[in-house]
Amino acid sequence: MSDGSQAANQGGARPAKRPNTFLWIALAVFGIVGLSLNAFMRPEGMAKRLSVVTTVERVLVEEAPAALAPEGSQPAEAAAAPTATAKRKWVDPDDAGLAAGTLRRVEGVDPISWETRESIKPSEAELLAGEIKPGGPVRIEPSPIDSLGIWVAALLTLFILSFVYRDNPFYKVAESILIGVSAAYWMVVGFWSTIVPQLLGSLAPEVVRAYAMPSLPVSSTPGLDAALAFVPLLLGFMLLWRLAPKGGWISVWPIAFVIGTTAGIRLVGAIEADLMRQLVAAMKPLVVFENGVGAAGEAVRMFDFWGTVGSVVGVVGVLSVLTYFFFSVDHKGAVGKTARVGIWFLMISFGSAFGLTVMGRITLLLQRFEFLFTDWLNI
Amino acid sequence: MMRRTIPMLILASAGLLLIVAKFSPFTVSWQETVLGWFNILAAVAFVLGAGNLLAVNLEQISSRRPGWAYAAITLFAFAVTLVVGMFKVGAVPNGMHPDIHLAGAHDVPQAPFGWIYDYMLVPLTSTMFAMLAFYVASAAFRAFRAKNIEAILLLGTAFIILLSQTAAGMFLTGWIPEDSVFSFLRLDVMKRGITEHIQTAGMRAITIGIALGVAATSLRLIFGIDKSYLSKT
Amino acid sequence: MTTKNTEQNPGGMRGFFVRLGGLDRRWIFLAMGLSIAVPILLKLRFPEVPGPMARATFEAIESLPNGSRVLLSFDFDPASKAELQPMANALVHHCASKGHKIVFMALWPLGKQMADQAIKEILLEYHGDKYEYGTDYVQLGFKAGNEGVIKVLTTNIAEAYPTDASGAAVSGLPLVADARDLGSFGLVSTISAGYPGAKEWVQYGRESMKPEARLTSGSTGVQASQLFPYYPAQLNGLLVAVKGAAEYETLVTEKYPVDRNSERLEQGRIRMGPQLVAHLLMIALIVLGNIAMIASRGSQGGAR
Repeated sequence: MSDGSQAANQGGARPAKRPNTFLWIALAVFGIVGLSLNAFMRPEGMAKRLSVVTTVERVLVEEAPAALAPEGSQPAEAAAAPTATAKRKWVDPDDAGLAAGTLRRVEGVDPISWETRESIKPSEAELLAGEIKPGGPVRIEPSPIDSLGIWVAALLTLFILSFVYRDNPFYKVAESILIGVSAAYWMVVGFWSTIVPQLLGSLAPEVVRAYAMPSLPVSSTPGLDAALAFVPLLLGFMLLWRLAPKGGWISVWPIAFVIGTTAGIRLVGAIEADLMRQLVAAMKPLVVFENGVGAAGEAVRMFDFWGTVGSVVGVVGVLSVLTYFFFSVDHKGAVGKTARVGIWFLMISFGSAFGLTVMGRITLLLQRFEFLFTDWLNI
Repeated sequence: MMRRTIPMLILASAGLLLIVAKFSPFTVSWQETVLGWFNILAAVAFVLGAGNLLAVNLEQISSRRPGWAYAAITLFAFAVTLVVGMFKVGAVPNGMHPDIHLAGAHDVPQAPFGWIYDYMLVPLTSTMFAMLAFYVASAAFRAFRAKNIEAILLLGTAFIILLSQTAAGMFLTGWIPEDSVFSFLRLDVMKRGITEHIQTAGMRAITIGIALGVAATSLRLIFGIDKSYLSKT
Repeated sequence: MTTKNTEQNPGGMRGFFVRLGGLDRRWIFLAMGLSIAVPILLKLRFPEVPGPMARATFEAIESLPNGSRVLLSFDFDPASKAELQPMANALVHHCASKGHKIVFMALWPLGKQMADQAIKEILLEYHGDKYEYGTDYVQLGFKAGNEGVIKVLTTNIAEAYPTDASGAAVSGLPLVADARDLGSFGLVSTISAGYPGAKEWVQYGRESMKPEARLTSGSTGVQASQLFPYYPAQLNGLLVAVKGAAEYETLVTEKYPVDRNSERLEQGRIRMGPQLVAHLLMIALIVLGNIAMIASRGSQGGAR
């Protein structure tokens, strides 16, 4: 009995070689046959995606000389670019201003046209099919690049999931891709969303307007802005100095700035929102009454048992947990007993937090299975 | 001087300015300027992170340490994403300024950068976090043992919350009328009692404790008592 | 992953439970996977009874005068999308059904993409005829700086966001052109997965909002615990995990049903069905783990 169970246990932990190989071959054959059947035998297929392609065209126009100021026609755009080029703008060829004669095409500039694509599922395409006129600017066509995307996403999902069996090269490849892509993604987003408009936009607004953000607002004090922007520019370079092998102290300046700023705002936030507001919230009447209606229809104040219990529990909880956190006094006698109650409160809090965490984690896995089943396998 | 005094002065003045700005409307525009710098530095930190990654992985490849092939994959993924993102390769032109390439949108799914987001970054990050569902299950089996009263409280609460969060709560105790004396036995009522009173009290005490800690740490930093950041070189 | 089974193995039921304690955890992983996968395929659905926190969130948005200016901050990324996108969808649909003017922003680098998705799949899908960019909704996008961004918004929105996400100057977008600071919004709602998120909005944004304005949050299950102390005084509404999303969805779609692609506003409820089985598995695992511990108490060593 005992020998047998040990063998079984070892088998579970490190299975013998032959059954394992057999298992893998069986799994692979089953998987390939299943996937092929799913992909080729069913009319809807797998990972099928279509795109809604819209052709967009823009022409460069300027205000016709005789025309009055186009009142309220495009106030947003007019205000958006109050520079010298404001008189010229790109509009749709069907723009009302062109038809009315308030705008005219700029000679010698070709129209620009391009296509926007939106990926949709075959089921969504059926809904849209009735709304699309043949020959119009919108059409629906198969989108192999998105179907490929679904395959890539599904394989990467499976690669990561394979880690639950054991660490393996597929998982490591997916992990390496994740690290590389996300670092670059964050950097790109930080660059285009913050560094370009806020830093470069202050240092060299004309250049940024000409090449990247034509609608960047014009500052009333460009000189001062540029001068002030030298501070974060310098601090930024000093921060990047951390990458250099020498002169580590240089990066301490920007770090000191970041710590100082954080300390300043956190001090205010912590005292205001966390300390004072939380103390106020904890100071509630211990005995709770609620307004009710008496036998003769008169208003009476009724004792609210559970409300009172809730209040008492709330106050006892805050005080006992704070006592537990108060390490300047030995946790002996009455203090020790109160601290013990505090621990119970904390344990209940953590138990509840665990329950909520479980729900969160399960949801994430659920969504990955949903993706595999619906988007990829199209079950 | 350069290594100690100036950083301490920078820290103190930035911190004090932001505290003073809370009480004085005259310094609000200074606060905006300083926070503007702070936000730019936060974006520079993304560049620093990318630079660090580059340095670590290049070092791993050049010294042919085990796993250097994975480092090469990381670098390749990094480089491709960076190039298509920074140069907005295949970006959809901006309707108001179609003549300026860099004004276009690069994070839409039809542009390569958006494609990488949709079909690589999203599945990878979300699956990575989804894996925790497996480990939380394993932890429940191995670590949640009723060894003493504290553990029983932890476990019992988790039990009630797990049951009451799903339809099981309603199946088991939904038949108890909500206005009866025994309504406290309903799992949804128990859950509310736990989260709104006991857990709120526990977390409130933690919040107050942390607030005191943050305030103390901030003051120690601003007044130069805590200088540990100076040795971070 | 290897198991040590050095104790003398008692036989029978007790022996079974003792050995259970040393179970290879991959069996647990398999059980977890099946308990989620099978119910998805069976499409289990249960009715949701909205709790007080979901009702408070619903009321916070419902009681605002129609056409109020609201700020929705998407402070999450794909890692928590499963829990939070359902809330975001229902929230956007709710705000748009009330005709609120919506300003989108993000404190997380990938949050902008999450907001884009809600704009495309909900706002333009169901309300595209009355929602025009610039006057009815604006996408400000992501800014780096965490609580620093919130702090700047409390005094000067144009300082934090000189342009919207597409690069257009905010001065040219009527919806935000005359919104000077956070006080200009009737509601701020953060869909939050952690730092920076709901806690930071309470700490740094709340005090600068008008006293009658509301701050609500949708939160992941993991983060919810640290937000409970703020409810209801500092956070007027709080949606916790996918359960909160399902409850809020129920409230929103009961009052404002949609005529097509309705599953986009049922994601929370769809994901609640498989939760039941997975949660029962978790309870079973806790019980079995304890039985295994009790069974092995007599013998030496026992389960790890």
